[in-house]
Amino acid sequence: MTIDGLAKEFPGRPVFSDISAVVEEGRRLVITGPNGSGKSTLVRILCAFNRPTRGSVGFEIDEKKLTHLEIRPHIGLVSPDMVLYDELTAIENLSFFAEVAGHRFEIPELERRLENIGLAGRGRDFVGSYSSGMKQRLKYCLALLREPEILILDEPTANLDERGKGLVDDIIRSHHGIVVIATNEKAELFYGDQFIRLGD
Amino acid sequence: MATSSSGSATKAISLFLKDIKSEFRTRYAINAIAMFAVVTVFAISFAIKGTGLSTELQASLLWIVIYFSSLSGLAQSFVKEEESKTAMALRLYAPAEVIFAGKLLFNLVLLFGLNLITIPLFAIFISFEVASYPLFFAILLIGSTGLAVVTTFVAAIISKASVKGALFAVLSFPLILPLLVEAISGTKKAMTDGIAFGAARMEIQVLLSYLVIMVVLSFLLFEAVWND
Repeated sequence: MTIDGLAKEFPGRPVFSDISAVVEEGRRLVITGPNGSGKSTLVRILCAFNRPTRGSVGFEIDEKKLTHLEIRPHIGLVSPDMVLYDELTAIENLSFFAEVAGHRFEIPELERRLENIGLAGRGRDFVGSYSSGMKQRLKYCLALLREPEILILDEPTANLDERGKGLVDDIIRSHHGIVVIATNEKAELFYGDQFIRLGD
Repeated sequence: MATSSSGSATKAISLFLKDIKSEFRTRYAINAIAMFAVVTVFAISFAIKGTGLSTELQASLLWIVIYFSSLSGLAQSFVKEEESKTAMALRLYAPAEVIFAGKLLFNLVLLFGLNLITIPLFAIFISFEVASYPLFFAILLIGSTGLAVVTTFVAAIISKASVKGALFAVLSFPLILPLLVEAISGTKKAMTDGIAFGAARMEIQVLLSYLVIMVVLSFLLFEAVWND
């Protein structure tokens, strides 16, 4: 992943400028900075949800350069800005997103994955009835569903208890591709091999 | 383990089925559309108090009710995704053309459901009588499909705006006006005794051309609208 001279401005307000980094497979990039410094905005740009004002983000997988939209199938995202359907059950959510992405999972397989993330026996409950921590766990289950090369985590341990934080630790440490973490938590800074500090 | 599946059509049907399931659990759009249709037909019925209306007026009122009822409900398909913040996950997992096709399919079903409510109510309370059913249903089918295509596309545009309702009407009306004019004209002919199907050939040709243009433009432009 190559971030080259990235800058973002909202009308009348520069958010960040001149951000550059090259992140290789197996590395972890931590984006940190105070509230309002643009961490989530940078995450949205990496996922191609927002366009930068200047600069570019490039991705190369298996020696093939990908455009900003082509990268989306290779991204697993956990973010407070990304919400799943409250009116569907966890299994319905996972099945739906898998199907529109072109994959099909058998229900026992989805149940096994929910169990791995600490949601055993809750797959047929409506997501609207979940606690915020359970919703966060479900987002991890969805993010890992298609085994993405790039895992992007915005506030990765938000709403999670200690066991949940342990699960996130396992996920981050066992991921073989790139992991991008946007955080203010001191404990999560230690994951980083590379850092982008915003708001300096 | 996961199996790779499906072309765009299968994915669009998955989105359509998800929307149907969500709609039946939340009643987000159905209630708005059905209430608007029922209230407007009853309001018209009380206003005219049994007075006979001309075929021009009946055809116009029918399409005005269909148009405004669709405005009250069809935008919800995208507005709901943005307001409940599920649009981000949808953007990440589903290709743009799949999203448009799935939402269009859902809006088509809603609009035909609306027609199933509106037309019998019109027949009962406004004494709406059709002379040529094949022509009437042809106009209704093509006109409603065109209406669904345009409202689905405009709904995607306005879903990120803060004044959605007003913007939806302002943006969609100029686009839908040609369709409404031809649909009203065709419906009026279908209500006129002794008129053959071929008498509304011009209206059907214009409606079909409009539909093809709107479908092509919507699919071409949707990715830019959805992703920017």
